[in-house]
Amino acid sequence: MKADSLEGFLPLVGIAGLLAIWSFTTWQGWVDPVLLPSPLSTFQALWKGMDGGPLGFDFVKTVYRTAASTAIATVIAIPLGIVLGSAEWLYRSLEFVIDFFRSTPASAMFPLFLVLFGVGDETKISVAAFGAALVILFNVAYGVMNARKTRLLAAKVMGASQLRVLFDVMLRESLPQTFVGLRNGVSLALVIIVVAEMFIGSQDGLGHSVFEAQQLFDMPRMYAAIFAAGALGYGLNLLFLLIERRFVHWSGK
Amino acid sequence: MNVAPQAARAQSMNPPSGSPESGDRKRPHVTIRGLSKRFGSTVIYDNFDLDLPRGELISVFGPNGCGKSTLINMIAGLIQPDAGQILFDGMRLDEIKFGYVFQNYREALFPWLTAFDNIAYPLQIMKVSARDCVSRTEKLVDHLGVKLDLKLYPYQMSGGQQQLVSILRALVVEPEILFLDEPFSALDYEMTLFMREQLQRIFMETGTTTVLVSHDLEEAVYLADRVLLLSRHPARVADFTPVPAKRPRTDATLSDLDFVRIKAHCLEIFQREVRRA
Repeated sequence: MKADSLEGFLPLVGIAGLLAIWSFTTWQGWVDPVLLPSPLSTFQALWKGMDGGPLGFDFVKTVYRTAASTAIATVIAIPLGIVLGSAEWLYRSLEFVIDFFRSTPASAMFPLFLVLFGVGDETKISVAAFGAALVILFNVAYGVMNARKTRLLAAKVMGASQLRVLFDVMLRESLPQTFVGLRNGVSLALVIIVVAEMFIGSQDGLGHSVFEAQQLFDMPRMYAAIFAAGALGYGLNLLFLLIERRFVHWSGK
Repeated sequence: MNVAPQAARAQSMNPPSGSPESGDRKRPHVTIRGLSKRFGSTVIYDNFDLDLPRGELISVFGPNGCGKSTLINMIAGLIQPDAGQILFDGMRLDEIKFGYVFQNYREALFPWLTAFDNIAYPLQIMKVSARDCVSRTEKLVDHLGVKLDLKLYPYQMSGGQQQLVSILRALVVEPEILFLDEPFSALDYEMTLFMREQLQRIFMETGTTTVLVSHDLEEAVYLADRVLLLSRHPARVADFTPVPAKRPRTDATLSDLDFVRIKAHCLEIFQREVRRA
């Protein structure tokens, strides 16, 4: 019983350890404070920035771009993945093309998308959507293709039409794998958005914030922006996990 | 179904015997004529004929790979025969209601539906109204006296409970015939014994013609009104042994002299067929 109640606190051990080592290092002055500010000044910068400061504004901008690109990717990739997955010959004939572009670093596409969409939000969002869509597409198609044969047969033997088998069985069967795709997709979208905000003529966003703070040697602010980006990535992953647990309760069981 | 062209030929081969007044009980329920099936170069069935009696529980038993499951899968339309005809009271499969229970209950049930919704699903397919779906499912469960929490999802249940849900799902449409493909072989022994009793009770309650593939001779004899013993492929009927023991059968039945004699008889035929290499 006692061990159980303590188990929930185990993740805190790592956080406390990291903070302890970090504080000790800066207190001893082992590292130049320009490279590594103290935890206190970092978290002060984080608090000040997020509490109505510019960091909060940048944070919202990055959330908006990541959400928009993931939403676009989802709307395109899920129906397409279902179509490809339910016609295996179609998937096999497109597999190489999908795999090739899935393996191409999305950042290599920036110049092309700059030509297509200019230097606005459209470019950042569309490159991130492009990368995320391929990841989601791949997973949805595999989820549909790997639907348990017995389950499809069971529905067929009960007299379900092809369309009902698709909606009642294949779609649900693919959901756990679809969520794997969504979680990977949103993570990739965030990576692409942050990189784009650093280098593609951006005036805001977490990537811009990190980059600008570094240029100004405002190290506490730079670390604060990094932590904000980390928290965002972790939070997005957690959000999708919670949605999955709520709607795909049978996943992994 | 590509077996329709054979209908005329088979009909002439097998003129209906007896007058229609001879009673439902006497007329065979399923008639199989000229059934042929090969997988690659292996001939599993070659011009196979069989009548299955109505309202009986028939166990199918035979050597490994002789085509026990293939037979019920062809009867239930999961596998297309190469040739031959299978009729149910003279009707084709798509004209009758039937139930099928898979060996692998874990992959046959829908984990996104509760046990109750799993059982009701075939009714939804038949476009029964939502209210009737609920009432018919409840009626079936009450009628069979099943003690299960149907609000649970399949993955929250034991293997036996899941297979019981599968059986109920097959029964909810009030099928004319029920197929079970080694339904208990993925269960542990304790659960298998429990499930045999459940199946016997369900059969006694409903009287549905039931075809059970089994790989356990004791189970096959214990549950059956007749044991269909198949030979090695190409499969023939090695014997169609009646088991007249009264129901409900119990543990005492297993040591009953007549029962032991029938089991020994089946075992003898089985071993004869196994040795015939």
